[in-house]
Amino acid sequence: MELLEFARGPAMNVAMTVFIFGVVWRLVALLALPYRGIKSRPREGVTPEREIFSGFRGVVRRMWPYPAFVKAALFSTLNGYVFHIGLAIIVFGFGPHILFFKNLFGISWANLPNNLVYAVGVLTLGSLVAALVHRLVDPPKRLISTFNDYFSWFVTFAPVVTGLLASAHLGARYETLLAVHILSIALFLIWFPFGKLMHSFLFAFSRGVTGIRMKHRGAQI
Amino acid sequence: MSDDAPLGDMLAKRGVSRRAFLKYAAYTASIMALPATSTNVIAQALATAKRQSVIWLSFQECTGCTESLTRSFSPTLEDLIFDFISLDYHHTLQAVSGDAAENARHAAMVENKGKYIVVVDGSVPIKDDGVYSTIAGMTNLDMLNETVKDAFAVVSVGTCAAFGGIPHAKPNPTGAVAISEIIKDKPLINISGCPPIPEAITGTLSYILSFGKIPELDHLGRPKAFFGETIHDRCYRRPFYERGMFAKSFDDEGARNGWCLYELGCKGPVAYNACATLKWNGGTSFPIQSGHGCLGCSEPDFWDMGGFYKPLSTSLDGLGKTAAIAAAAGAVIGTGSALLARRHQENYLKDLADKDEEI
Repeated sequence: MELLEFARGPAMNVAMTVFIFGVVWRLVALLALPYRGIKSRPREGVTPEREIFSGFRGVVRRMWPYPAFVKAALFSTLNGYVFHIGLAIIVFGFGPHILFFKNLFGISWANLPNNLVYAVGVLTLGSLVAALVHRLVDPPKRLISTFNDYFSWFVTFAPVVTGLLASAHLGARYETLLAVHILSIALFLIWFPFGKLMHSFLFAFSRGVTGIRMKHRGAQI
Repeated sequence: MSDDAPLGDMLAKRGVSRRAFLKYAAYTASIMALPATSTNVIAQALATAKRQSVIWLSFQECTGCTESLTRSFSPTLEDLIFDFISLDYHHTLQAVSGDAAENARHAAMVENKGKYIVVVDGSVPIKDDGVYSTIAGMTNLDMLNETVKDAFAVVSVGTCAAFGGIPHAKPNPTGAVAISEIIKDKPLINISGCPPIPEAITGTLSYILSFGKIPELDHLGRPKAFFGETIHDRCYRRPFYERGMFAKSFDDEGARNGWCLYELGCKGPVAYNACATLKWNGGTSFPIQSGHGCLGCSEPDFWDMGGFYKPLSTSLDGLGKTAAIAAAAGAVIGTGSALLARRHQENYLKDLADKDEEI
C-alpha cells in the first residue's frame, strides 16, 4: 500500500473515528455532570434570566481583554486572532479542503483563490511561530505551559507547514508531501479531543459559566 | 543491404535525408532534455551504429502499447525508429507464426547474445505456476526468464509491465506482477503509461542506441526526461487551479471555459508523465485538454487509487456507519463518566455531611 493510499484511507478513517468518539465523549461527560448551582444568595436584583444573559455576554465580551489588561495582552490577543482566523480561512476556504468536507458531509461552499490561501498560510505559519516564541520567552506563560500546550501547538503547526510544502512542491515528491500533510491532519484529529485543542468547543461553556457566576455576585462581565 | 551495415548508410539508402536524420537527433536530444551539443553525438552514434536487435514480448496486455507506438502521426518518428532497430520478435507485428516465430526469437538471442534489448509489454501472472497466460506452450514467466537471460537490458513498456497495471488491480486473480518483480539482475527501464507516450518509448531506445547506457531514472525506474514532472506541473489549466476556479461537472460553464478538473477527480498532481508537454496524436491534445481529468495511468496501482472521479484531497472511504458508531460509543462512555462523577460527588458530599454531624 502506498503512503498516500494509507493516509487517505485507513489513517484518515481511524483519525476521524477517534475525533468523533473523543469529542462526543468529552462533551457528553461534561454536560451530563450535575449542575449544583451556586450556593450563595444572588446579589440584590439579579435574576436567573439576567445571569443567563450575562453568560452569553461573557462569551462575546471575553473576545477582547479588559482595558486594564489590553497593553499586557495585546500581542497574545492580536496574534491569537491572526492565526485563528488564518486557520479558519485555510481550513474552510481552500478548494481541496472543501472537497474533503463535501465528501464527508455532502455540503460545499464557494472556495477562495488558492494563491490567496497560500498567502494566508504563510501569515498563519509566522503567527504560530510567534505564538510559540512568545510562550517560550514570557516567564509566566513558560511557567504555566505543559506538554499539552506544546504538543497542541505542534499538531496545529504541522498541517500548516506540510500543506504549504505540498502546495509549493518543496522537499519531496508531491504525493509524499500530500500524504504527510494528510497524516499530520490525522494526528491533529486524534489529539484534538484529549488535549487543549478541545477549547474549540469548550471556550463557549467556560466563558458562559464565568459570566453567570460573575453576574450572580453582582459583577458586570 | 545487410543488417551489419551502419545505420547511416542504411537510412541514406532508404531515402532518409541527412537533414531529416539530424532533425530526428535534435528532437530526441530535446525531448530527453539533453544539451544541444548532444544532437551531434546522437547523430554520429546512430549513423555508425548497427541495427539494434530488439525482442518484444507481449504478456498480459491489451496491445494498446503497441498501438501507441505504431499509430503515431506525422512526423513519423516511430517509423524511423523501426529503421534503427531490428524488431526480431513481436506477436502483433511479425508476419510469421508458430514455430517459425519462436525460432526467430531463439535465433535473435543466439546471434545477439548479450547485446539485444528485451521490450516487454504486459504483466506476468505467477499464481499457479503462471498457467494463466502461455505462448507457444510456455508460460509468460518461463519465456521472460529464458529471453532475458542473455539480454543487454530490459525495457518494460506500459504500466502493466512496469507496475502490474490492470491485471495487477484488486483482486489480482492471476497473481500478476511487474517485470521488475521477476528480473533483478539486468538493467531495467520502466516506461509506464496506459499506454505510454510513443516518444517516451522511441526516445529511450534512441538514447540507449546513442550512448550505450540507460538514461537517468527516477525511483520507479522511469526515465526522468519523461517522468520527471507531474502532469499538474505542466498543465495549461494550472493557472485556474491557482485561482481556485474548478469545473464542477463535465458540462458546466467552468468545464467549457477550460477550468481546472481537480474537483472532477483529476490525478494530474500525482501523475508523473509528459502528456502535458509532448501530448498525443502528433502533439494534438492530451486527456485534460480533451476535457477529462488525468487518471494517473503512469503511476503504480492507478486502478486502485480510490476512483477516477474522486478528488485527491478526499478520504478514500466514507465514514458512514463508523461515524455513527463512534458517536454512539462516545455518548455511552461520556454518560458513564458523568454517572461515575455524580456518584463520586454524592459520596463526597455525604461524607462531608457525616463529618459535620460527628463534629
